[in-house]
Amino acid sequence: MSNHVLRPLFVVAVLVFLGLLARHFIVPKDFGIGRTGYMYGWHRKSNVEDWKAVKVKYRTAEYCKDCHSDKIDLIMTSPHAIINCENCHGPAVDHPDDPPKLPIDRSRELCLRCHFPLPYPTSGRGKIRGINPELHNPGQACSTCHNPHKPELSIQ
Amino acid sequence: MITRRDFLKYTLKGAAGLAVPVAALEIAAPGKLFAGKYDPSGVRWVFLVDTLKCVGCGLCVKACKLENEIPYDANVTRTWVERYVLTKDGRVSADTPKGARDGFLTEKVELGQGKYRDIKKEEIEKAFFVPKLCNQCQNPPCVQVCPVGATYQTPDGVVLIDRKWCIGCGYCIMACPYGVRFFHPVYHVAEKCNFCYHRITKGMNTACVDACPFGARKIGNMKDPNDPVAKIIASERVGVLKEEYGTKPQVYYIGLSKEVR
Repeated sequence: MSNHVLRPLFVVAVLVFLGLLARHFIVPKDFGIGRTGYMYGWHRKSNVEDWKAVKVKYRTAEYCKDCHSDKIDLIMTSPHAIINCENCHGPAVDHPDDPPKLPIDRSRELCLRCHFPLPYPTSGRGKIRGINPELHNPGQACSTCHNPHKPELSIQ
Repeated sequence: MITRRDFLKYTLKGAAGLAVPVAALEIAAPGKLFAGKYDPSGVRWVFLVDTLKCVGCGLCVKACKLENEIPYDANVTRTWVERYVLTKDGRVSADTPKGARDGFLTEKVELGQGKYRDIKKEEIEKAFFVPKLCNQCQNPPCVQVCPVGATYQTPDGVVLIDRKWCIGCGYCIMACPYGVRFFHPVYHVAEKCNFCYHRITKGMNTACVDACPFGARKIGNMKDPNDPVAKIIASERVGVLKEEYGTKPQVYYIGLSKEVR
């Protein structure tokens, strides 16, 4: 073959080689199609482990009960028994090591998530007792009168 | 000089060569192909939402954002709760202020652009809340469109995103018919619910399931015949969102209404 064909052909071959070389170093060793096939399977396998290694922050009442069993025993006797500790106290993460103290959300807005009256007959929300926040002791924290672990006033 | 005969020969060979798919050039080991159909884990994560139980408190959204480190004040969230209010005049109003991160603290329904619709109690025909999250589709369009293999389906059915590998092109965000994907404001890559993969693989529930006081959210394993969630999905009346898209969504809803999109 003549020179004017071979020379560009050589350039193309070098480019392809460089491309493959770059690909060899850039693409991770564990990148492949995996179990789910060509359409849904392409991925870096170790990424699954990356996701599994995310830190658990919400530890549930199971984690709280060893030290705070008194609070849990109390809330278990009230309609608030269905609410998990961390919904108001924030995620435990590694408490008491980190954070040593959990910030308690005492805002009226927290209670109003359920107790703002929405008259929805076809939803469970309509059955929850609500208060009008503008008329019911405005500005006062709910916990001034209601113990969140035992909210009925008559029993206190 | 090329002859007519040679020209026709090369053309035919070239056309035949183009017709061979790239996959056919891979040397297939029969054992490997067989392994592709076998799933040793025996797990297929599914989600069950009972809209009859949801009261719109939004504690699930709060828990999800904190658990999965989604910037709390950014208007993006992996899960959200929608409110639907149907009035007697046939109108449907729906909103999800901040994804219901703080619940619904007004009876006024947000219409967008700072406008609200005040709905009187007497006008309401029906009203309900619908929690939304990633459907972890069996046939995920978001994975199909990813040009770099940064999003994929695990053998147990969860669609994950590789934050190191995602180039942020946004195709998957456009492809998802459920609008569950968004850009992570910190990592600048695609982000979405992954059923709290770090929790469910440790035998825990997702953060939203643990946070829900009313039992409106449940997670289960569809491949386990004794799983309570799998039993409900198999034997009770459940619906899915946008079935007509053929994505085979794996979040099932009890009490779904036709107004829900």
